[in-house]
Amino acid sequence: MTDATAARLRPASRPSLWDRIGQGRNALGLIFMLPAAVFLLLFLTYPLGLGVWLGFTDTRIGRAGVFIGLENYEMLLTDHVFLLSVFNTILYTVVASILKFALGLWLALILNEHLPFKAFFRAIVLLPWVVPTVLSAIAFWWIYDAQFSIISWALIKLGWIDAPINFLGDSTNARASVIAANVWRGIPFVAISLLAGLQTIPPSLNEAATLDGATSWQRFRHITLPMLSPIIAVVMTFSVLFTFTDFQLIYVLTRGGPLNATHLMATLSFQRAIPGGQLGEGAAIAVAMIPFLLGAILFSYFGLQRRKWQQGGAD
Amino acid sequence: MAMTERTALTDQSEGMSYLNSLPRRVMTVYLPLAVFVFVLLFPFYWMAITAVKPNAELTDYKNFSPFWVVQPTLDHIKYLLFETSYPGWLWNTMVVAVGATFTSLFTAVLAAYAIERLRFKGSRWVGLGIFLAYLVPPSILFIPLALMVFKLGLYDTKFALILTYPTFLVPFCTWLLMGYFRSIPYELEECALVDGASRIQILVKILLPLSVPGLISAGIFAFTLSWNEFIYALTFIQSSENKTVPVGVLTELVRSDIYEWGSLMAGALIGSLPVVILYSFFVDYYVASMTGAVKE
Repeated sequence: MTDATAARLRPASRPSLWDRIGQGRNALGLIFMLPAAVFLLLFLTYPLGLGVWLGFTDTRIGRAGVFIGLENYEMLLTDHVFLLSVFNTILYTVVASILKFALGLWLALILNEHLPFKAFFRAIVLLPWVVPTVLSAIAFWWIYDAQFSIISWALIKLGWIDAPINFLGDSTNARASVIAANVWRGIPFVAISLLAGLQTIPPSLNEAATLDGATSWQRFRHITLPMLSPIIAVVMTFSVLFTFTDFQLIYVLTRGGPLNATHLMATLSFQRAIPGGQLGEGAAIAVAMIPFLLGAILFSYFGLQRRKWQQGGAD
Repeated sequence: MAMTERTALTDQSEGMSYLNSLPRRVMTVYLPLAVFVFVLLFPFYWMAITAVKPNAELTDYKNFSPFWVVQPTLDHIKYLLFETSYPGWLWNTMVVAVGATFTSLFTAVLAAYAIERLRFKGSRWVGLGIFLAYLVPPSILFIPLALMVFKLGLYDTKFALILTYPTFLVPFCTWLLMGYFRSIPYELEECALVDGASRIQILVKILLPLSVPGLISAGIFAFTLSWNEFIYALTFIQSSENKTVPVGVLTELVRSDIYEWGSLMAGALIGSLPVVILYSFFVDYYVASMTGAVKE
């Protein structure tokens, strides 16, 4: 409190030198950090710790739990629904991230061309990312309708299939469908971020390489990709993070069905904790995501960083 | 794919040689671009066309082409606006998004200034901590937060959302503003310091006016993120009158027996409009904030 008054009084009373150099800066820094610290400690750090603690208890909704050690985790290890959800999450993340990266990079390269209405294209391409996921997922739900799917209708008209595709009713189809919807939403983010990276590559490098007789593939492989790899690392880290913890899309499209084939860890955790009331077990599932998450972040971040360093060293 | 690198060349020196390869350019650039744009925008078209289709046309693919509407109707939108709580959800979402955005901006400005300019002891570590906080996903936090919200007596109130949304907005906004403050010359502040301005005066009168674009970027992005948030709103809100648009549309408009696709699509479309309008006015700021956060 005294710090606060001191900071407020300072403009009035001439700021003394020691005040400004030494503790003044630290004290004022502390005051300025206070709101952020309150939010982040109270609503982020504390719940994170509380979540880990809950994972070791058998708390239910409306009933405080007791410490039961690793029982939740032991139970989860023999729970085939949980194991299936781990498998689904990894499959979902890997396939969707690879597709998002490949298609996003492709789109970024196209948008980096000399195009008419480039700004316009860039703006509309980003729309899927801007619109609330739940609302676009509802549109996909309708697109994937078992009876009246527009995709089935178009394919039947083209004569490629005979009967409507059961998009969300069959395990394999459902997985492919939710991945497609996720990729649809994720491409713009990857593309626009990579486009920003592409625009920072000096054209002279490509000119020089062209003069030396490099083919377009060689220029892509040895100029564009290495110059882009730091931003690829960050973009893919975020992309993997968002995909791994995805909840909304699955919750809208399948709620984990059919036969838990699309249950991700996040949706399973929600299902057990909130409608199921088993807060402790739900928290344990959520906590079980953390090691995977750290692994994924480290892999995509350092994996790509090292390549950048190697390429830089080779140059 | 590798055609891209020619951009610079077509721009500057050898534009002529590309006149020859126009067909090739169509195949490698315009055609894929058209496919991308079609796939990315089709769901929106489908939403819009479904929202104005009368129920008779909606499922009758034999007599009507599904891609077009013969007798457009506003029934679904009317139903949505006058017979459901939809306007209330829109209002709730607006209140929560605006409240969370301004709270986060205020908090983030102070924090970013302290980390970037005051350079108090340990500010480097705090900056790193902020970045790490950005990486904590809501899907891990919602269970303990639900417990906290319940204990604080905030369950089923808009305050629960206004207070919890900053957990992902503050780290993002702080990180973005730190980058923005860094781009403003420090000399300006030194001059003001020499002239006897206090730190708060410097922040309010020099730094903030100069960082209006950064503030807009952070604000737009924060608003969009809070508008789109789902899992907290789903978990912390129960009564219909407190729901936000994404939760309301999904939990109240979807009834188990018959799907009202027309009003569902109208709800999805109208719920997307505010962010799309905001985005269309500030595209560049939005892109700047998105890529800015990635580049740092």
